[in-house]
Amino acid sequence: MGRDGKLVSLSEAVAHFVPDGATVVMGTCLESMIPFAAGHEIIRQGRRDLTLVGPISDVLFDQLIGAGCVARVMAAWVGNVSAGLGHAYRRATEQGVPRRVEVWDYSNFAVSLGLLAGALGVPYLPTRSLLGSDVPRRREAFHAAADPWTGERLLLVRAIQPDVAVLAVQRSDPEGNAHLWGNLGVTEEAALASRHVVLLAEEVVEPEVIRSDPNRVLVPGFKVSAVVHCPGGCHPSPVPGYYRRDHAFYEEYHRRSRTEEGFREWLAEWVWGVPHREAYLARLGPRWDALRRVQPAPAAPVDYAW
Amino acid sequence: MRGEAVRDWTVGELMVVAASREIRDGEVVFVGMRLPLLAYCVAKRLHAPRSVGVFENGVVRDSPTPELLYTMSDTPNIVGAVWCTRMSNVMGLLQRGDVDVGFIGGAQVDRFGNVNSSYIGDPDRPEVKLPGSGGAADIASLAKRLVVILPHDRRRLVERVDFRTSPGYGDGPGWRQRVGLPRGGPSAVITDRAVFRFDPVTCEAVLHHWHPPQSLEEVLEHTGWRVRVAEGACPTPEPSPEELRVLREYDPEGVWTGRRDDRGERG
Repeated sequence: MGRDGKLVSLSEAVAHFVPDGATVVMGTCLESMIPFAAGHEIIRQGRRDLTLVGPISDVLFDQLIGAGCVARVMAAWVGNVSAGLGHAYRRATEQGVPRRVEVWDYSNFAVSLGLLAGALGVPYLPTRSLLGSDVPRRREAFHAAADPWTGERLLLVRAIQPDVAVLAVQRSDPEGNAHLWGNLGVTEEAALASRHVVLLAEEVVEPEVIRSDPNRVLVPGFKVSAVVHCPGGCHPSPVPGYYRRDHAFYEEYHRRSRTEEGFREWLAEWVWGVPHREAYLARLGPRWDALRRVQPAPAAPVDYAW
Repeated sequence: MRGEAVRDWTVGELMVVAASREIRDGEVVFVGMRLPLLAYCVAKRLHAPRSVGVFENGVVRDSPTPELLYTMSDTPNIVGAVWCTRMSNVMGLLQRGDVDVGFIGGAQVDRFGNVNSSYIGDPDRPEVKLPGSGGAADIASLAKRLVVILPHDRRRLVERVDFRTSPGYGDGPGWRQRVGLPRGGPSAVITDRAVFRFDPVTCEAVLHHWHPPQSLEEVLEHTGWRVRVAEGACPTPEPSPEELRVLREYDPEGVWTGRRDDRGERG
């Protein structure tokens, strides 16, 4: 790995920790903190046969599926949250274009329970959700059972232990001790359940900054394999404290990805046409500056006085 | 969704107002995106000031957001929240029985309130692959009451859904208990043509209101099963000037109440 320990470039992190055939969990905060920069690098490196895990991912999964990187999706929802259906996902599942994708249906709660089981190191967790639903139809992931004490019906959700979690955070130290704030979704479970964790950090900070507020730490650094300094890495999704959601970008993707040809053109412009995130942000131009104009809303400081 | 102006409100606005009236003061509400989000804001500002909103991404808030949201994870939904946590915690609230009412959308609903947001046609060879459950199936399984919001035509309001993503009353009375669901079930279906409620004995959706200026006959014609009409069914009460004012303050451009095309619905 990199000469500086865990602190590596995005292309190094993807090359090393996201091999062909890997099971990758991403999009764990739901509509915010989506590591689009990593997804685009996965596409540029031509990764194949990935299994994607996530509750919803907004359009990140749609893009990876359309680019032909994905063999299987384990998710509750794949589409475009503010604009509608996922056109690339539809082409893959309905027509096998550019390839067939196996769908394991989940609900959001089921994804979080699968990852939580993985994080706790147990084979499954029970739930009362989804009883009578057609969602849990994959026997590899769900099993009907009874409460051993009362006999009540339960659904067992099998543990998910991904090869790698690719997660965005606001700030990390070079060892992967990182602060994440805002809605957490399934991020903690995903980090704890996975063999490797790759962090995309808006800022890389001194360890003292992180240690000043240990309650805000995502997972301890020993669980983290790589830290990538990647400002703007989540655009068009928002990062609380840093930038807002680019709604129009999702609308544009939705419009252009309606046809296979339009999708290819979009990919050529925003993924193949930019070698790295800096070039992508430069292409956004003044639009990127506008998204970064946020209203300050600092938290009251906490005091760990001893 | 038909969003053309009729009288001084759009059908979208009527739907939001109808949805907001499903929220009672002091309730814990599992808020879905789009129309339910507006409904929660209207209720909060008018008749349910002590209600609390819960979002599946891990946000709990008890005040309207400072500006219109496109998604529940937009930064204005974080600022001023009362809790930002993990999904398993808010889903735990739902599973324990701490959530009074939840809102979901969907592509199809049937006469027993089962909702499909996964597949049209055979799931192994789907005609249309819809985005999927999101949290909708969890909300439908676990909330004390469920409100379903969707556009209304014969392909969407069907005798039986192609795929039961979110459980309603299954095939009728006793089904939820038989499959082990702990509580709940649909209490209302709000469409762009009508409002249905559920018969406590037969568990079927019964038409209570139709949106003017349509006629009752027109609504029945666009529904895919032979609908029972409630005794005393009447046109949907129009939005009050107060309700419209609050709604338009929040969404002045009609982003969620005007005409949109193929938005995938998610709870």
